[in-house]
Amino acid sequence: MKTDDFVSLLAAGVAPVDRHASAKSFSRALILGGLGSVILTVLLYGVRPDIHAMLGTPLFWFKLAFPLLLGAAALLLASRLARPGQTGGNAWPALALPLLLVWSASGLILWSAPPELRASLLLGVTWRSCPFNIALLSVPSLIAVFWAMRGLAPTRLRLAGAAAGLLSGAIATVAYCLHCPEMGVPFWGAWYVLGMLIPTLAGALCGPRFLRW
Amino acid sequence: MLLLAGLDGDAAAYRSFLDELSGRLRAFLRKRLYHLQDDVEDVVQETLLAVHNGRHTFRADQPLTAWVYAIARYKLSDFLRARSRHEALNEPLDDYLEIFTGSDEQPAAAKRDIGKLLELLPDRQRLPIVHVKLEGLSVAETAQLTGLSESAVKIGVHRGLKALAAKIRGLA
Repeated sequence: MKTDDFVSLLAAGVAPVDRHASAKSFSRALILGGLGSVILTVLLYGVRPDIHAMLGTPLFWFKLAFPLLLGAAALLLASRLARPGQTGGNAWPALALPLLLVWSASGLILWSAPPELRASLLLGVTWRSCPFNIALLSVPSLIAVFWAMRGLAPTRLRLAGAAAGLLSGAIATVAYCLHCPEMGVPFWGAWYVLGMLIPTLAGALCGPRFLRW
Repeated sequence: MLLLAGLDGDAAAYRSFLDELSGRLRAFLRKRLYHLQDDVEDVVQETLLAVHNGRHTFRADQPLTAWVYAIARYKLSDFLRARSRHEALNEPLDDYLEIFTGSDEQPAAAKRDIGKLLELLPDRQRLPIVHVKLEGLSVAETAQLTGLSESAVKIGVHRGLKALAAKIRGLA
């Protein structure tokens, strides 16, 4: 077929395009993925028994704010990378900000704590399982976000996959906060971040394979 | 802007956009596929299809050239990757048989026939494309003719063009 005829074929009867298609598909993915992660948390791990007291505790909300901020930055990054010709842009500093905040707070807390308490602040009691729990909880979101991204047009597949992975890790961490009993800032800075890195790596590995179009 | 009018459903504006785009793409790809001039038209058509299928990802506040060339580069590297994989398995004929390089008279003819690929699609995708896109019938007329619902016709066109892109990718 000649290119001229092919152009006619593409242009004939062309339907108007929904300009908000990408926002819609991402919100659908976030809702489905978030629901999936919350349901998995409740079924597999259960909600922490003192959740009512926690809702009035500022520290609990700080803990929730950390993955929420990271997730917002990852969403910005993912939605930019899902479009041809866009770079990460503002998403990079937005990503660095919550990390720097939590890490500097962790540093301060560890530095000011008595030496014998430092290990328990950093390791808590669940450090062995925490990153893997988060990774497991991120599976529904990872699938949902990849599926949303497939409907768009990412051109840097590895990076786009990593951003999708980080986004799903952040969603999973928010859900995991319903269960996780750890309240030490250094713990979040280490094990939550590690937990989010696992789906990020998985996304980077899967991106070139599943995001091709 | 022609593309923006096209995104709102103005077929004539969209056509002129694609026409102008194919000229620019051809120039862009000719330079980069220096030794593979025969393949230029294939990649032009592949990129046009990708632009069409991905047109909902364009944002009005973004430079059009950056968007278009990012897609073109993506399709070009896809093509080169597939080709190098193919070359590793096959002895290139080009070195011996000059006789096959006779396509100069028809610079706009692609080696791969998208019309033939179209025939490989299932009926529920192929018929909507043939009626709406090639014969110029309306969606309602096509629905009546094929017995599909109107939304099924629209979905068939949409999915069919995506499936076409996937078929090209599988062949490459």
